[in-house]
Amino acid sequence: MSTEQPGAVPPEHPDRLWDSPEPRGSYDVVIVGGGGHALATAYYLARDHGITDVAVLEKGWLAGGNMARNTTIIRSNYLLEESAGIYEHSLKLWEGLEEDLGYPILFSQRGVLNLAHSLQDVRDGVRRVNANRLNGVDAEWLGPEEVKEVCPIVEVSPDARHPVLGATYQPRAGIARHDHVAWGFARAAAALGVHLIEHCEVTGVEVAGGRARAVRTTRGRISADRVALCAAGHSSVVARTAGLALPLQSHALQALVSDLLEPVHPTVVMSNAVHVYVSQAHKGELVMGAGVDACNSYRQRGAFHVIERQMAAALELFPVFARAHVLRTWAGVVDVSPDASPVVGLTPVDGLYVNCGWGTGGFKATPGAGWCYAHTIAHGEPHPLNAPFSLERFTTGALVDEHGAAAVAH
Amino acid sequence: MLLIPCPWCGPRDETEFRYGGQAHVAYPGDPAALSDEEWARYLFFRDNPRGPFAERWSHAAGCRRWFNAVRDTASGEIHAVYRPGEPRPVTP
Repeated sequence: MSTEQPGAVPPEHPDRLWDSPEPRGSYDVVIVGGGGHALATAYYLARDHGITDVAVLEKGWLAGGNMARNTTIIRSNYLLEESAGIYEHSLKLWEGLEEDLGYPILFSQRGVLNLAHSLQDVRDGVRRVNANRLNGVDAEWLGPEEVKEVCPIVEVSPDARHPVLGATYQPRAGIARHDHVAWGFARAAAALGVHLIEHCEVTGVEVAGGRARAVRTTRGRISADRVALCAAGHSSVVARTAGLALPLQSHALQALVSDLLEPVHPTVVMSNAVHVYVSQAHKGELVMGAGVDACNSYRQRGAFHVIERQMAAALELFPVFARAHVLRTWAGVVDVSPDASPVVGLTPVDGLYVNCGWGTGGFKATPGAGWCYAHTIAHGEPHPLNAPFSLERFTTGALVDEHGAAAVAH
Repeated sequence: MLLIPCPWCGPRDETEFRYGGQAHVAYPGDPAALSDEEWARYLFFRDNPRGPFAERWSHAAGCRRWFNAVRDTASGEIHAVYRPGEPRPVTP
Protein backbone atom coordinates (compact mmCIF):
# COMPACT_ATOMS: atom_id res chain seq x y z
CA MET A 1 0.00 0.00 0.00
CA SER A 2 1.60 3.26 -1.09
CA THR A 3 1.30 6.45 0.91
CA GLU A 4 -0.12 8.20 -2.18
CA GLN A 5 -3.37 6.32 -1.78
CA PRO A 6 -4.86 7.29 1.55
CA GLY A 7 -8.19 5.63 2.02
CA ALA A 8 -7.47 2.67 -0.19
CA VAL A 9 -8.16 0.72 2.99
CA PRO A 10 -11.11 2.15 4.93
CA PRO A 11 -10.35 2.95 8.55
CA GLU A 12 -11.72 0.87 11.40
CA HIS A 13 -15.15 1.87 12.63
CA PRO A 14 -16.74 1.52 16.01
CA ASP A 15 -19.86 -0.66 15.83
CA ARG A 16 -22.15 2.33 16.13
CA LEU A 17 -21.41 5.90 15.10
CA TRP A 18 -24.64 7.42 16.42
CA ASP A 19 -27.75 6.47 18.36
CA SER A 20 -31.19 6.15 16.80
CA PRO A 21 -33.53 7.75 19.36
CA GLU A 22 -37.31 7.86 19.11
CA PRO A 23 -38.45 11.31 18.02
CA ARG A 24 -39.71 13.50 20.86
CA GLY A 25 -42.79 15.71 20.58
CA SER A 26 -40.87 18.93 20.41
CA TYR A 27 -37.42 20.42 19.80
CA ASP A 28 -35.82 23.84 19.73
CA VAL A 29 -34.72 23.27 16.16
CA VAL A 30 -35.99 20.74 13.63
CA ILE A 31 -33.83 20.28 10.55
CA VAL A 32 -35.70 18.86 7.56
CA GLY A 33 -33.41 16.56 5.60
CA GLY A 34 -30.54 14.37 6.74
CA GLY A 35 -27.79 15.01 4.22
CA GLY A 36 -24.36 16.53 4.64
CA HIS A 37 -25.59 20.10 4.98
CA ALA A 38 -28.15 19.11 7.61
CA LEU A 39 -25.63 17.13 9.64
CA ALA A 40 -23.06 19.93 9.44
CA THR A 41 -25.72 22.44 10.51
CA ALA A 42 -26.67 20.31 13.49
CA TYR A 43 -23.04 19.87 14.48
CA TYR A 44 -22.21 23.59 14.36
CA LEU A 45 -25.49 24.51 16.09
CA ALA A 46 -24.47 22.28 18.98
CA ARG A 47 -20.75 23.00 19.03
CA ASP A 48 -20.62 26.74 18.32
CA HIS A 49 -23.99 27.97 19.54
CA GLY A 50 -24.81 25.59 22.38
CA ILE A 51 -28.13 24.61 20.79
CA THR A 52 -28.34 20.88 21.32
CA ASP A 53 -32.10 20.34 21.45
CA VAL A 54 -32.06 19.59 17.74
CA ALA A 55 -33.61 16.87 15.59
CA VAL A 56 -32.45 15.99 12.10
CA LEU A 57 -35.35 14.34 10.25
CA GLU A 58 -34.47 12.21 7.24
CA LYS A 59 -37.04 10.45 5.06
CA GLY A 60 -34.62 7.68 4.03
CA TRP A 61 -31.28 7.02 5.63
CA LEU A 62 -28.72 9.60 6.67
CA ALA A 63 -26.74 11.03 3.76
CA GLY A 64 -28.42 8.68 1.28
CA GLY A 65 -29.56 11.40 -1.12
CA ASN A 66 -27.23 13.78 -2.93
CA MET A 67 -24.52 13.19 -0.34
CA ALA A 68 -24.22 9.64 -1.69
CA ARG A 69 -24.61 10.73 -5.31
CA ASN A 70 -22.11 13.50 -5.91
CA THR A 71 -18.62 13.53 -7.37
CA THR A 72 -16.98 14.73 -4.11
CA ILE A 73 -15.10 17.65 -5.67
CA ILE A 74 -14.07 20.44 -3.30
CA ARG A 75 -12.86 23.83 -4.57
CA SER A 76 -13.40 27.52 -3.95
CA ASN A 77 -12.39 29.08 -7.29
CA TYR A 78 -15.61 31.02 -7.83
CA LEU A 79 -15.67 34.33 -9.63
CA LEU A 80 -17.59 36.74 -7.42
CA GLU A 81 -16.67 38.06 -3.99
CA GLU A 82 -19.82 36.71 -2.37
CA SER A 83 -19.16 33.19 -3.65
CA ALA A 84 -15.44 33.32 -2.89
CA GLY A 85 -16.37 34.30 0.66
CA ILE A 86 -18.60 31.35 1.44
CA TYR A 87 -16.77 28.69 -0.59
CA GLU A 88 -13.34 29.71 0.68
CA HIS A 89 -14.64 29.68 4.23
CA SER A 90 -15.86 26.18 3.52
CA LEU A 91 -12.49 25.12 2.09
CA LYS A 92 -10.73 26.38 5.20
CA LEU A 93 -13.12 24.33 7.34
CA TRP A 94 -12.40 21.29 5.13
CA GLU A 95 -8.70 21.77 5.82
CA GLY A 96 -9.23 21.31 9.55
CA LEU A 97 -12.27 19.06 9.48
CA GLU A 98 -10.60 15.75 10.17
CA GLU A 99 -9.19 17.13 13.43
CA ASP A 100 -12.43 18.95 14.31
CA LEU A 101 -14.50 15.82 13.93
CA GLY A 102 -11.90 13.39 15.18
CA TYR A 103 -12.77 11.22 12.24
CA PRO A 104 -10.99 10.41 8.96
CA ILE A 105 -12.63 12.12 5.99
CA LEU A 106 -9.80 11.40 3.55
CA PHE A 107 -9.58 14.97 2.28
CA SER A 108 -7.02 14.89 -0.51
CA GLN A 109 -5.88 18.31 -1.76
CA ARG A 110 -4.83 17.18 -5.21
CA GLY A 111 -5.82 20.35 -7.04
CA VAL A 112 -8.38 21.10 -9.73
CA LEU A 113 -7.95 22.11 -13.35
CA ASN A 114 -10.80 23.94 -15.10
CA LEU A 115 -10.01 23.61 -18.81
CA ALA A 116 -10.44 26.32 -21.42
CA HIS A 117 -11.34 25.27 -24.96
CA SER A 118 -12.05 28.57 -26.66
CA LEU A 119 -10.76 32.12 -26.63
CA GLN A 120 -13.75 33.12 -24.52
CA ASP A 121 -12.97 30.31 -22.05
CA VAL A 122 -9.39 31.61 -21.84
CA ARG A 123 -10.56 35.16 -21.11
CA ASP A 124 -13.06 33.94 -18.53
CA GLY A 125 -10.46 31.70 -16.93
CA VAL A 126 -7.78 34.37 -16.66
CA ARG A 127 -10.34 36.77 -15.25
CA ARG A 128 -11.34 34.17 -12.70
CA VAL A 129 -7.74 33.55 -11.66
CA ASN A 130 -7.26 37.28 -11.11
CA ALA A 131 -10.53 37.54 -9.20
CA ASN A 132 -9.59 34.53 -7.06
CA ARG A 133 -6.24 36.05 -6.14
CA LEU A 134 -7.83 39.35 -5.22
CA ASN A 135 -10.14 37.39 -2.93
CA GLY A 136 -7.30 35.47 -1.29
CA VAL A 137 -8.08 32.23 -3.10
CA ASP A 138 -5.12 30.30 -4.52
CA ALA A 139 -5.25 30.22 -8.31
CA GLU A 140 -2.93 29.96 -11.29
CA TRP A 141 -3.32 30.16 -15.04
CA LEU A 142 -1.64 27.27 -16.85
CA GLY A 143 -0.86 26.86 -20.53
CA PRO A 144 -1.46 23.54 -22.33
CA GLU A 145 2.03 22.19 -21.58
CA GLU A 146 1.68 23.04 -17.90
CA VAL A 147 -1.71 21.32 -17.89
CA LYS A 148 0.06 18.24 -19.22
CA GLU A 149 2.60 18.45 -16.40
CA VAL A 150 -0.11 18.53 -13.75
CA CYS A 151 -2.21 15.84 -15.42
CA PRO A 152 -0.24 13.81 -18.00
CA ILE A 153 -3.27 11.90 -19.30
CA VAL A 154 -5.05 15.00 -20.65
CA GLU A 155 -4.85 15.27 -24.44
CA VAL A 156 -3.50 18.75 -25.20
CA SER A 157 -2.93 18.38 -28.94
CA PRO A 158 -4.13 21.44 -30.89
CA ASP A 159 -5.83 19.04 -33.31
CA ALA A 160 -8.23 17.68 -30.69
CA ARG A 161 -11.91 18.31 -31.22
CA HIS A 162 -11.94 20.39 -28.03
CA PRO A 163 -8.36 21.72 -27.92
CA VAL A 164 -7.05 22.58 -24.48
CA LEU A 165 -5.97 26.22 -24.67
CA GLY A 166 -5.14 26.42 -20.99
CA ALA A 167 -6.69 25.96 -17.58
CA THR A 168 -7.24 27.57 -14.23
CA TYR A 169 -5.56 25.62 -11.46
CA GLN A 170 -6.43 25.69 -7.78
CA PRO A 171 -3.84 23.59 -5.93
CA ARG A 172 -5.76 23.53 -2.61
CA ALA A 173 -8.85 21.98 -4.21
CA GLY A 174 -9.44 18.26 -3.93
CA ILE A 175 -11.78 15.45 -3.04
CA ALA A 176 -12.97 13.80 0.18
CA ARG A 177 -14.70 10.56 1.03
CA HIS A 178 -18.37 11.59 1.03
CA ASP A 179 -19.68 8.85 3.33
CA HIS A 180 -16.99 9.54 5.88
CA VAL A 181 -17.77 13.24 5.86
CA ALA A 182 -21.40 12.50 6.63
CA TRP A 183 -20.58 9.89 9.25
CA GLY A 184 -18.05 12.20 10.88
CA PHE A 185 -20.57 15.02 11.19
CA ALA A 186 -23.32 12.63 12.31
CA ARG A 187 -21.15 11.05 14.98
CA ALA A 188 -19.95 14.40 16.30
CA ALA A 189 -23.45 15.92 16.30
CA ALA A 190 -24.97 12.88 18.04
CA ALA A 191 -22.22 13.03 20.68
CA LEU A 192 -23.32 16.59 21.45
CA GLY A 193 -26.93 15.49 21.96
CA VAL A 194 -28.50 16.01 18.52
CA HIS A 195 -31.22 13.49 17.62
CA LEU A 196 -30.64 11.91 14.22
CA ILE A 197 -33.93 10.36 13.14
CA GLU A 198 -34.04 8.28 9.98
CA HIS A 199 -37.08 6.98 8.08
CA CYS A 200 -39.05 10.01 9.22
CA GLU A 201 -40.44 11.94 6.26
CA VAL A 202 -41.65 15.49 6.79
CA THR A 203 -44.99 15.73 5.01
CA GLY A 204 -45.84 19.28 5.99
CA VAL A 205 -44.72 22.38 7.84
CA GLU A 206 -47.37 23.90 10.11
CA VAL A 207 -47.55 27.68 10.01
CA ALA A 208 -49.85 29.69 12.29
CA GLY A 209 -49.89 33.44 12.77
CA GLY A 210 -47.05 33.87 10.26
CA ARG A 211 -44.78 31.60 12.27
CA ALA A 212 -43.58 28.03 11.79
CA ARG A 213 -44.81 25.95 14.71
CA ALA A 214 -44.29 22.30 13.89
CA VAL A 215 -43.70 19.68 11.25
CA ARG A 216 -45.97 16.80 10.38
CA THR A 217 -44.04 13.61 9.78
CA THR A 218 -44.64 9.96 9.00
CA ARG A 219 -43.75 9.38 12.67
CA GLY A 220 -46.11 11.96 14.12
CA ARG A 221 -46.29 15.69 14.72
CA ILE A 222 -43.18 17.38 16.08
CA SER A 223 -43.38 20.96 17.30
CA ALA A 224 -40.39 23.23 16.95
CA ASP A 225 -39.37 26.79 17.74
CA ARG A 226 -37.42 26.91 14.53
CA VAL A 227 -37.72 24.81 11.38
CA ALA A 228 -34.67 24.68 9.13
CA LEU A 229 -35.18 23.33 5.62
CA CYS A 230 -32.22 21.41 4.27
CA ALA A 231 -33.88 19.20 1.68
CA ALA A 232 -31.75 19.85 -1.44
CA GLY A 233 -33.65 18.78 -4.57
CA HIS A 234 -36.92 18.45 -2.65
CA SER A 235 -36.79 21.92 -1.07
CA SER A 236 -39.62 23.21 -3.31
CA VAL A 237 -41.86 20.35 -2.24
CA VAL A 238 -41.32 20.89 1.49
CA ALA A 239 -41.44 24.70 1.33
CA ARG A 240 -44.72 24.56 -0.55
CA THR A 241 -46.38 22.89 2.45
CA ALA A 242 -45.55 26.06 4.39
CA GLY A 243 -47.05 28.21 1.64
CA LEU A 244 -43.59 29.29 0.54
CA ALA A 245 -42.59 29.36 -3.13
CA LEU A 246 -38.87 29.09 -3.92
CA PRO A 247 -37.17 30.15 -7.17
CA LEU A 248 -35.88 26.63 -7.84
CA GLN A 249 -36.14 24.01 -10.52
CA SER A 250 -35.22 20.40 -9.75
CA HIS A 251 -33.18 18.44 -12.25
CA ALA A 252 -31.45 15.08 -12.40
CA LEU A 253 -27.66 15.39 -12.36
CA GLN A 254 -25.89 12.26 -13.48
CA ALA A 255 -22.54 10.76 -12.67
CA LEU A 256 -20.81 7.43 -13.08
CA VAL A 257 -17.79 5.44 -11.97
CA SER A 258 -15.50 3.11 -13.87
CA ASP A 259 -14.08 -0.15 -12.66
CA LEU A 260 -10.97 0.01 -10.47
CA LEU A 261 -7.83 1.23 -12.19
CA GLU A 262 -4.21 1.77 -11.27
CA PRO A 263 -3.51 5.36 -10.18
CA VAL A 264 -3.57 7.24 -13.49
CA HIS A 265 -5.25 10.53 -12.66
CA PRO A 266 -3.44 12.67 -10.07
CA THR A 267 -5.77 15.69 -9.88
CA VAL A 268 -9.34 16.79 -10.66
CA VAL A 269 -10.15 17.94 -14.19
CA MET A 270 -13.28 19.86 -15.08
CA SER A 271 -14.37 21.05 -18.48
CA ASN A 272 -17.29 23.40 -18.50
CA ALA A 273 -17.52 23.59 -22.27
CA VAL A 274 -17.86 19.85 -22.84
CA HIS A 275 -19.59 19.04 -19.54
CA VAL A 276 -17.38 16.48 -17.96
CA TYR A 277 -15.45 16.46 -14.70
CA VAL A 278 -13.22 13.64 -13.61
CA SER A 279 -11.22 12.54 -10.64
CA GLN A 280 -9.93 9.20 -9.45
CA ALA A 281 -11.35 7.99 -6.18
CA HIS A 282 -9.06 6.83 -3.40
CA LYS A 283 -9.89 3.24 -4.19
CA GLY A 284 -9.24 3.62 -7.93
CA GLU A 285 -12.52 4.27 -9.73
CA LEU A 286 -12.70 7.13 -12.19
CA VAL A 287 -15.53 9.34 -10.98
CA MET A 288 -17.14 11.32 -13.79
CA GLY A 289 -19.93 13.86 -13.69
CA ALA A 290 -22.09 15.23 -16.48
CA GLY A 291 -24.38 18.21 -17.00
CA VAL A 292 -27.95 18.24 -15.75
CA ASP A 293 -30.80 16.71 -17.71
CA ALA A 294 -32.78 19.50 -19.34
CA CYS A 295 -36.27 18.82 -18.03
CA ASN A 296 -37.47 19.08 -14.43
CA SER A 297 -37.28 15.77 -12.65
CA TYR A 298 -37.43 14.15 -9.24
CA ARG A 299 -36.31 10.78 -10.56
CA GLN A 300 -32.92 9.70 -9.30
CA ARG A 301 -31.95 8.57 -12.75
CA GLY A 302 -31.29 10.50 -15.89
CA ALA A 303 -31.32 10.06 -19.64
CA PHE A 304 -28.82 7.92 -21.49
CA HIS A 305 -28.02 10.56 -24.13
CA VAL A 306 -26.59 12.88 -21.45
CA ILE A 307 -24.17 10.16 -20.34
CA GLU A 308 -23.34 9.37 -23.95
CA ARG A 309 -22.41 12.98 -24.70
CA GLN A 310 -20.38 13.18 -21.50
CA MET A 311 -18.44 10.00 -22.28
CA ALA A 312 -17.71 11.18 -25.82
CA ALA A 313 -16.24 14.38 -24.38
CA ALA A 314 -14.28 12.47 -21.76
CA LEU A 315 -12.72 10.24 -24.40
CA GLU A 316 -11.63 13.24 -26.47
CA LEU A 317 -9.88 14.70 -23.44
CA PHE A 318 -8.60 11.43 -21.98
CA PRO A 319 -7.93 8.91 -24.77
CA VAL A 320 -6.55 6.54 -22.12
CA PHE A 321 -10.10 6.07 -20.79
CA ALA A 322 -11.08 4.14 -23.92
CA ARG A 323 -10.35 0.87 -22.14
CA ALA A 324 -12.17 1.70 -18.93
CA HIS A 325 -15.55 0.14 -18.20
CA VAL A 326 -18.55 1.88 -16.73
CA LEU A 327 -19.40 0.16 -13.50
CA ARG A 328 -22.30 2.18 -12.18
CA THR A 329 -24.34 5.28 -13.11
CA TRP A 330 -26.71 7.26 -10.93
CA ALA A 331 -28.32 10.67 -10.57
CA GLY A 332 -29.03 13.09 -7.79
CA VAL A 333 -31.91 15.56 -7.76
CA VAL A 334 -30.43 19.05 -7.67
CA ASP A 335 -32.23 22.31 -6.92
CA VAL A 336 -31.15 24.89 -9.44
CA SER A 337 -31.66 28.62 -8.82
CA PRO A 338 -31.87 31.32 -11.51
CA ASP A 339 -28.38 32.73 -10.79
CA ALA A 340 -26.68 29.37 -10.08
CA SER A 341 -26.08 30.46 -6.47
CA PRO A 342 -27.60 29.05 -3.29
CA VAL A 343 -30.37 30.47 -1.14
CA VAL A 344 -29.39 30.51 2.54
CA GLY A 345 -31.24 32.55 5.09
CA LEU A 346 -34.56 33.72 6.43
CA THR A 347 -37.98 33.41 4.83
CA PRO A 348 -41.16 35.51 5.06
CA VAL A 349 -42.34 32.93 7.64
CA ASP A 350 -40.93 33.60 11.11
CA GLY A 351 -38.89 30.72 12.46
CA LEU A 352 -38.61 29.08 9.04
CA TYR A 353 -35.16 29.04 7.45
CA VAL A 354 -33.97 27.83 4.06
CA ASN A 355 -30.73 26.33 2.85
CA CYS A 356 -31.26 25.30 -0.76
CA GLY A 357 -30.44 26.10 -4.37
CA TRP A 358 -26.94 24.66 -4.22
CA GLY A 359 -27.67 23.11 -7.57
CA THR A 360 -24.78 21.03 -8.80
CA GLY A 361 -22.28 22.29 -6.20
CA GLY A 362 -23.48 21.43 -2.73
CA PHE A 363 -20.90 18.91 -1.59
CA LYS A 364 -17.94 21.29 -1.52
CA ALA A 365 -19.97 23.69 0.58
CA THR A 366 -20.94 21.12 3.22
CA PRO A 367 -18.99 22.51 6.21
CA GLY A 368 -19.28 26.17 5.18
CA ALA A 369 -22.99 25.99 4.44
CA GLY A 370 -23.66 24.20 7.73
CA TRP A 371 -21.54 26.72 9.63
CA CYS A 372 -23.30 29.75 8.10
CA TYR A 373 -26.74 28.18 8.37
CA ALA A 374 -26.20 27.32 12.05
CA HIS A 375 -25.26 30.95 12.71
CA THR A 376 -28.35 32.14 10.83
CA ILE A 377 -30.65 29.84 12.81
CA ALA A 378 -29.02 30.59 16.16
CA HIS A 379 -29.10 34.38 15.76
CA GLY A 380 -32.24 34.76 13.67
CA GLU A 381 -30.23 36.69 11.10
CA PRO A 382 -27.71 35.72 8.45
CA HIS A 383 -23.96 35.71 8.95
CA PRO A 384 -22.22 38.26 6.66
CA LEU A 385 -20.95 35.33 4.59
CA ASN A 386 -24.43 34.13 3.68
CA ALA A 387 -26.25 37.47 3.78
CA PRO A 388 -25.80 37.97 -0.02
CA PHE A 389 -27.55 34.63 -0.61
CA SER A 390 -30.92 35.79 0.67
CA LEU A 391 -34.28 35.01 -0.88
CA GLU A 392 -34.87 38.77 -1.30
CA ARG A 393 -32.16 39.07 -3.92
CA PHE A 394 -34.61 37.92 -6.55
CA THR A 395 -36.76 40.95 -5.76
CA THR A 396 -33.98 43.49 -5.25
CA GLY A 397 -32.09 42.24 -8.29
CA ALA A 398 -28.83 41.77 -6.37
CA LEU A 399 -28.22 38.41 -8.03
CA VAL A 400 -24.99 36.47 -7.53
CA ASP A 401 -24.54 35.28 -11.10
CA GLU A 402 -22.14 32.35 -10.91
CA HIS A 403 -23.09 30.44 -14.05
CA GLY A 404 -19.51 30.65 -15.31
CA ALA A 405 -17.88 29.28 -12.19
CA ALA A 406 -20.57 26.73 -11.35
CA ALA A 407 -18.80 24.44 -13.85
CA VAL A 408 -21.89 22.50 -14.89
CA ALA A 409 -24.33 23.75 -17.47
CA HIS A 410 -27.58 24.63 -15.79
CA MET B 1 -34.67 8.82 -22.03
CA LEU B 2 -38.12 10.01 -22.93
CA LEU B 3 -40.22 9.01 -25.92
CA ILE B 4 -42.10 12.24 -26.58
CA PRO B 5 -45.21 12.23 -28.80
CA CYS B 6 -44.96 15.42 -30.86
CA PRO B 7 -48.54 16.48 -31.74
CA TRP B 8 -47.53 16.86 -35.40
CA CYS B 9 -44.84 14.20 -35.94
CA GLY B 10 -45.72 11.45 -33.48
CA PRO B 11 -43.47 9.74 -30.95
CA ARG B 12 -39.82 10.74 -31.24
CA ASP B 13 -36.72 10.39 -29.12
CA GLU B 14 -36.04 13.03 -26.46
CA THR B 15 -32.79 14.00 -28.22
CA GLU B 16 -34.87 15.66 -30.97
CA PHE B 17 -36.44 18.10 -28.53
CA ARG B 18 -35.57 21.22 -26.59
CA TYR B 19 -37.07 21.88 -23.18
CA GLY B 20 -38.91 25.14 -22.55
CA GLY B 21 -39.91 24.95 -18.88
CA GLN B 22 -43.31 25.65 -17.39
CA ALA B 23 -46.22 26.19 -19.79
CA HIS B 24 -48.95 28.81 -19.59
CA VAL B 25 -46.74 31.57 -18.13
CA ALA B 26 -48.28 34.70 -19.61
CA TYR B 27 -46.31 37.89 -20.19
CA PRO B 28 -47.63 40.57 -17.82
CA GLY B 29 -50.61 42.38 -19.33
CA ASP B 30 -49.50 45.76 -18.00
CA PRO B 31 -45.74 45.51 -17.38
CA ALA B 32 -45.37 49.09 -16.18
CA ALA B 33 -47.83 48.47 -13.37
CA LEU B 34 -45.88 45.58 -11.82
CA SER B 35 -44.23 45.94 -8.42
CA ASP B 36 -40.70 44.63 -7.85
CA GLU B 37 -42.16 41.58 -6.16
CA GLU B 38 -44.47 40.89 -9.07
CA TRP B 39 -41.54 41.21 -11.49
CA ALA B 40 -39.54 38.79 -9.34
CA ARG B 41 -42.43 36.31 -9.49
CA TYR B 42 -42.69 36.64 -13.25
CA LEU B 43 -38.96 36.40 -13.95
CA PHE B 44 -37.63 33.93 -11.42
CA PHE B 45 -40.41 31.85 -9.87
CA ARG B 46 -41.82 28.82 -11.66
CA ASP B 47 -43.76 25.87 -10.34
CA ASN B 48 -41.56 22.89 -9.47
CA PRO B 49 -44.00 20.14 -8.52
CA ARG B 50 -43.17 16.55 -7.76
CA GLY B 51 -45.90 15.09 -9.95
CA PRO B 52 -47.84 16.26 -13.02
CA PHE B 53 -46.34 19.38 -14.60
CA ALA B 54 -47.56 21.33 -17.66
CA GLU B 55 -44.47 22.26 -19.64
CA ARG B 56 -43.27 23.37 -23.06
CA TRP B 57 -41.21 21.41 -25.56
CA SER B 58 -39.91 22.32 -29.00
CA HIS B 59 -39.42 19.64 -31.64
CA ALA B 60 -36.10 21.26 -32.54
CA ALA B 61 -34.78 18.52 -34.84
CA GLY B 62 -38.17 17.80 -36.42
CA CYS B 63 -41.03 20.14 -37.27
CA ARG B 64 -39.46 22.85 -35.07
CA ARG B 65 -42.81 23.70 -33.52
CA TRP B 66 -43.55 24.34 -29.87
CA PHE B 67 -46.19 22.40 -27.97
CA ASN B 68 -47.21 21.63 -24.41
CA ALA B 69 -47.05 18.41 -22.44
CA VAL B 70 -48.27 17.22 -19.07
CA ARG B 71 -45.47 15.07 -17.67
CA ASP B 72 -45.08 13.53 -14.24
CA THR B 73 -41.76 14.73 -12.84
CA ALA B 74 -41.65 11.84 -10.36
CA SER B 75 -42.22 9.01 -12.85
CA GLY B 76 -41.32 10.56 -16.23
CA GLU B 77 -44.66 9.47 -17.66
CA ILE B 78 -46.15 11.82 -20.26
CA HIS B 79 -49.90 12.04 -19.67
CA ALA B 80 -50.83 14.32 -22.57
CA VAL B 81 -49.46 16.55 -25.30
CA TYR B 82 -51.40 19.44 -26.84
CA ARG B 83 -50.87 22.33 -29.22
CA PRO B 84 -50.25 25.94 -28.24
CA GLY B 85 -53.47 27.77 -27.49
CA GLU B 86 -55.27 24.60 -26.49
CA PRO B 87 -56.32 24.32 -22.86
CA ARG B 88 -54.49 21.94 -20.53
CA PRO B 89 -56.32 18.64 -20.80
CA VAL B 90 -57.67 16.89 -17.74
CA THR B 91 -55.34 14.03 -16.95
CA PRO B 92 -55.58 11.25 -14.38
